[in-house]
This record gives sequence, structure tokens and C-alpha cells, in this order.
Amino acid sequence: MLFLTAVLISPVRIAEKSTIVYCLKLLCTNTSNKLKTLKMTDSSKKNKLNRRDFLNKGLRYTVGLGIGAIGVAAWTKLSSQEMVWQLDPSKCRQCGRCATSCVKTPSAVKCFHVYALCGYCDLCGGYFRPETKNLTTAAENQLCPTNAIKRKFIEDPFFEYDIDQDLCIGCAKCVAGCGAFGNGSLQLQVHHKLCDNCNQCSIARDCPSEAYSRVPAKSAYLFQGIEEKDYQKQKG
Amino acid sequence: MSKKITFILIFVFFTISFVQASPVQRFPKPEFEYGHQQPPTIAPDARSQFMEYLDVFVLLVSLSLISWFILKKRSRWGALGMSVFSIVYFGFIKEGCVCSVGSVQNIALALFNPGYKIPITVIAFFVIPLLFTLFFGRTFCAGICPLGAIQDIIAFRPLKLKSWLQTVLGIIPYLYLGFALLYAATATDFIICRYDPFIGIYRFDAKFSMFVLGATFLLVGVFVARPYCRFFCPYGVLLNLVSRISWKHMTITPTTCIQCKLCENSCPFGAINEPTLDKKKEDRQIAVRRFIILSFILPLLILAGGWVGSQFHENLASVHPRVQLAEELMTFNESSELEPSLELTTYKSLGKSEEDLYVEAASIIREFHVGAWILGGFIGLVFGLSLAGLSINKHRIDYEPDRGSCLSCARCMDYCPMPEEEKPHRLLFAGFRKPVRFK
Ligand code: SF4
Ligand code: SF4
Ligand code: SF4
Ligand code: SF4
Repeated sequence: MLFLTAVLISPVRIAEKSTIVYCLKLLCTNTSNKLKTLKMTDSSKKNKLNRRDFLNKGLRYTVGLGIGAIGVAAWTKLSSQEMVWQLDPSKCRQCGRCATSCVKTPSAVKCFHVYALCGYCDLCGGYFRPETKNLTTAAENQLCPTNAIKRKFIEDPFFEYDIDQDLCIGCAKCVAGCGAFGNGSLQLQVHHKLCDNCNQCSIARDCPSEAYSRVPAKSAYLFQGIEEKDYQKQKG
Repeated sequence: MSKKITFILIFVFFTISFVQASPVQRFPKPEFEYGHQQPPTIAPDARSQFMEYLDVFVLLVSLSLISWFILKKRSRWGALGMSVFSIVYFGFIKEGCVCSVGSVQNIALALFNPGYKIPITVIAFFVIPLLFTLFFGRTFCAGICPLGAIQDIIAFRPLKLKSWLQTVLGIIPYLYLGFALLYAATATDFIICRYDPFIGIYRFDAKFSMFVLGATFLLVGVFVARPYCRFFCPYGVLLNLVSRISWKHMTITPTTCIQCKLCENSCPFGAINEPTLDKKKEDRQIAVRRFIILSFILPLLILAGGWVGSQFHENLASVHPRVQLAEELMTFNESSELEPSLELTTYKSLGKSEEDLYVEAASIIREFHVGAWILGGFIGLVFGLSLAGLSINKHRIDYEPDRGSCLSCARCMDYCPMPEEEKPHRLLFAGFRKPVRFK
């Protein structure tokens, strides 16, 4: 730690010193000898240039060192890999800002179906509006504003729900429904093929539950309830 | 006791209105009789590590290329070609992030925030252009920076700005840098990224207001060349300072300046320094006195700036989301008509205590107190030095690019009639101008 601060501070010190010396010299010699330079003989001109060059050189080395020092100091906080933004579904409160705060339209946040958790219910809390009577696929029954969820009959009494991610806008309505009445198998995640990986994710800034964080690019998803080996990674 | 009950009530209320955090198995896993296979959950990979390293490699190669074009080949066309390349690669293909301009904030965050880990590519994007500038001047700005490149190719009708205006506007980047560093170091926000006017254009996608901002910059940029670079870019501040002491720097003339004035108006950025004409000899005493005055004024300005800054630390801190939340919590009362914000209801639903929030907000405000002193002092220093810069006129006999503000775009080179030594045929174009002798 001490060493680090020493490394950090020493170039700054040197830089300070030589900057002051440099400015002093410049001010005193340069401004006062204005006209002289014009008439200066070749050799004195050379001398003067040399002195200036020398000072510049010193300054250059110190600044170079300074840049290096900043680099090294940052290096101590190095992450072993690239980082990407991801939201933690266990913190997510389904507020709906993922749909609106992303710099992309439609949002790069999509609903993912974790099939392994799904109960394949007939009355799906993520698919149907709460007040729905007839469990048909009629648009007015669907919770999803873009009808992005497809309901497919498998066998009595099971239905499978697939998400058309081209249509999904990441509004989290279905996630809230499934979380409240079902198994919580619908989960929002940043879709990394679509995400631009902004330096500062603009949803992270707006998320009221602070669900967003930078995660290592190698394990870029934070699905709840299943292990990393259980979902299939797809080459981006 | 009653507090406890209300707390429990609130807790129950919120657990009802908000969904449980982690999945609960309410329904059993289905057992399919006819052997239906559950499809896997598909998670598309993020951009591969290799691509990120490729970006750094491309940055290195393109910086070397453009430096060679400008310093060695003295070719505007080369620089322009690199600009186009940068717009295509760093702009449209890479879609901006992370760029060197924004990387300043990552560095600040990494240095001050224990929780943040910085990827190596970000360090590379921060350090490499600075080092190149230390060696060759701002060749990065000439055509590698995607923000600069897009402005550079649309500077069709550059107007000459009054030099005082240029000086005054030139202070803005320092302020911008100061604020950006403060907000990055306190993990509040990355304002450079948030208000980057061109990223939306590169992504073909942005909030309407950002499109308007980008379009405005481009429109203004037709007449005021590179407005963002000259009057806003915070990274440009660092490059400007570093470029002043660069090892090599492009020159307008390939050999010697003959004061023909042909290049006088060639720089769209007003970065060419004219020879100083006043032949008055300046008194040594005056110079010394000025130096003494300056060395008194400068610390005073820094102190004053710091003090003024510190007076505003609460205002500065009120941008921080945690501080905002604490403020709302403090003023919020149940009976009022106003709906609590989503942040507040969420915070309460998480069942964290109010004290924790206040403690956290207070510590953030303390951080800002220190930060505001430093920011204010820095602003004072910048004002002091700009004043000093105005009062000192450096002696100059030739037309030279101003090492700090010259963007090394190589436009002015073509205006110089002097032949390059190895290309005698250029002499033809020198026309009837004064014959020149070389050493
Ligand atoms: S309800 Fe919202 S989050 Fe769910 S699939 Fe539809 S658009 Fe996507
Ligand atoms: S990083 Fe950018 S693109 Fe990705 S989710 Fe956040 S705002 Fe959207
Ligand atoms: S001044 Fe800033 S925005 Fe302009 S080219 Fe240089 S680094 Fe890029
Ligand atoms: S190279 Fe520098 S001085 Fe010449 S026109 Fe470009 S910015 Fe101006």
C-alpha cells in the first residue's frame, strides 16, 4: 500500500517540481529576452533551443511516467475479463423501466423463459391477465402488451410458453405475473446479442432496486433457480 | 410496539404488492407422459474477449498509421482516410463504447471506488492515445477518435472565431473534465457518456433529445469546426496538455517558414499561432513582477475556488441517486397527496432501515465535500492559468501550430509553398515566391 502511494506520488512530485522550474525559466528568460532572440547568433540560438529541449524532455519523461503511474494504479484494480451489464432477477421489482430506459428501442432487456422451472400450467400467471375467464389465446386475454408469449398445448394439462424475443420489449409484466402466481420461470435478462454494453448502462442508472451490475462476460447471465450448466450458451 | 406493527403491516403490504424475489416452486415440475422434452433456456453470448482485444489492436495500428501519414508522409488524404475508417470501425461497427473520451471516468472510478474492477481494454483505450500524443502530438484527434472524425469530415465552412471567444470557450472542457471526474469518482454517473452527442448517430438509436443534441453539434460543426473537440471534450484537455511537450509534432512547413502568410487562415480550428510582431522589448523587471503577482494570485484563486466549490457540495451531491432518495424520505410524509417515487417504495419494500439510508447519504455528501473542494480548486487553477496565458505573450518568429490546440489534422500543410526536400518537383508549385535557400 505504502509502496503504491509512493509510486503514485513520486512522479507527481517530480512533475510539479520540473513544471515549476520550467515555468520559472520560461517566464524569466523567455519573455525578457524577446528581441534578443531575433538577433541572436547561431550558436546562442542553438544553446537556447537546447535548454528548452532539455526542459521539455524532462517534462516529457515525467508526464510519461505519470501516465504510466495512472495506468499502473488502475492495473491494481484490473478485472480478469471483460465486464458486461446484467440484472439480477432476484432483486428486480418488475417496475417496467427496463423497457423504457435502455438506449436501444426496443430495449435490449428481454424476457427469458427458464423452462426448467416452469410448471407448464394451463392458467399461466405470466400469460393471462388476472381477470381472464376463458383461457383462450385471444389477444385481450394476454398480459403481454405485444403478444410476445406463445402458448402451445403439449398434453393434458400442460402448456408450454415460448417467448418471441423479437416482439418482447422487456416490460416485465409477465415476469411479475409469473412471479406472483407461478414458479417464477419467466425472468428478465439483458440479451447480450442486442445489448451495446454501454460504458454506463442507462437502465442501471434508473433501476430503483439496483438490480444491475457489471458481471464477467464469461458468465453473463444471472438466471435464478438454475445452474449455469443448465442453460445453453449460444455463440454471439 | 406500534412502530413494530406498522412495520409489519408495511412489510406485509409490500410483499403482496411486490413479487417474491426468487423463484418459488408453487407448481410441481410436469411429468410428460408422451416424452415431451423441455427446451433449454438459450443465453446468447456477449461479444467475445477476442473482439475486445482486436479493438485495442486496431487502435494501435491505426494510431501508428495516422501518425506516419501525418508526420512522415505529410498527407492530409491519409488522415482523411483514417477518419473515414474510424467512423466506420470505431463508430458504426463498434458502436462507440468504450471510447477513450469516456474511459477517463472508468479510470477515476477504478482509482476511487473499491468495488469497481476495470477491464484491461479500458485501461488500454485510456493510456494508448495519451502515449501516442506524448510522442507525436494529437494524431489521435486527427482521425482516430470517432467523435472527432465525424465532426472533422463535415467542417465545410469553418468560420474564424475571435480569439478571446476561443479562449473563453476553451475553458469549458476543463470544467467538464472536473465535473465528470467528480461524478465518476463518487460513482454517481458517467456524464460524458450520458451526454455524448454522437453515440446515438453511430447506433442509429437514441432518445429524441440526444438525437437533437447530436444533430445540433453536427450542424454547428459545419460552421464552427469541431465544436465538441474544441469546446467540450474532456479527454481533449489531457491530450492538449500532453501534446504541448510532445516529442515530435507535425509542422506546417516541411522545412523552414518564410512568413508568406499563406497558411494563416488555413486552420479551421484557429490553432495556428502567428508570429509576434511587437518589437517592444519587455522589461525583465516587469516579467519578474508579473511572475511574483501570479504566484500570489494563483494559490489565492485555488483557495477561493475550493471554498466556493465546497459551498455547493450539497447541490453537487443531490444528483446522486442515494442522496436523492434520502432527501425524499426526509421530506416525505404519509398524509401528503404526493405519490412516493418508485425509488422510495422500492427501498421501503426491501425492508432496509431508514437510518442506513441516512448514514449512507451522509457519507456520500462527505465525499462530495472533499470532491467539491478539489473541483473548485481545480477550476480556480484553470482560471488562473488562462489569465496567466493571456498576459504572457510568447515570442515567435514563424507560423506554427499551437501545440496544445492543434488537432494534427494536416490541413494547413498543403498551404505551405515550401518544397519538401526530397521532392524537388514541388518547387514548380512554389511559383514566383521568394527564392529559398536551404542548409
Ligand atoms: S410481458 Fe413484457 S417482458 Fe413479458 S414477454 Fe411481453 S413484452 Fe416481454
Ligand atoms: S448497457 Fe446499454 S444497451 Fe445494454 S441494457 Fe443497458 S442501456 Fe441497454
Ligand atoms: S478533442 Fe476529444 S472528441 Fe475531439 S478528437 Fe480529440 S479526443 Fe476526440
Ligand atoms: S494541423 Fe493543426 S494547425 Fe494545421 S490545420 Fe490542422 S489543426 Fe490547424
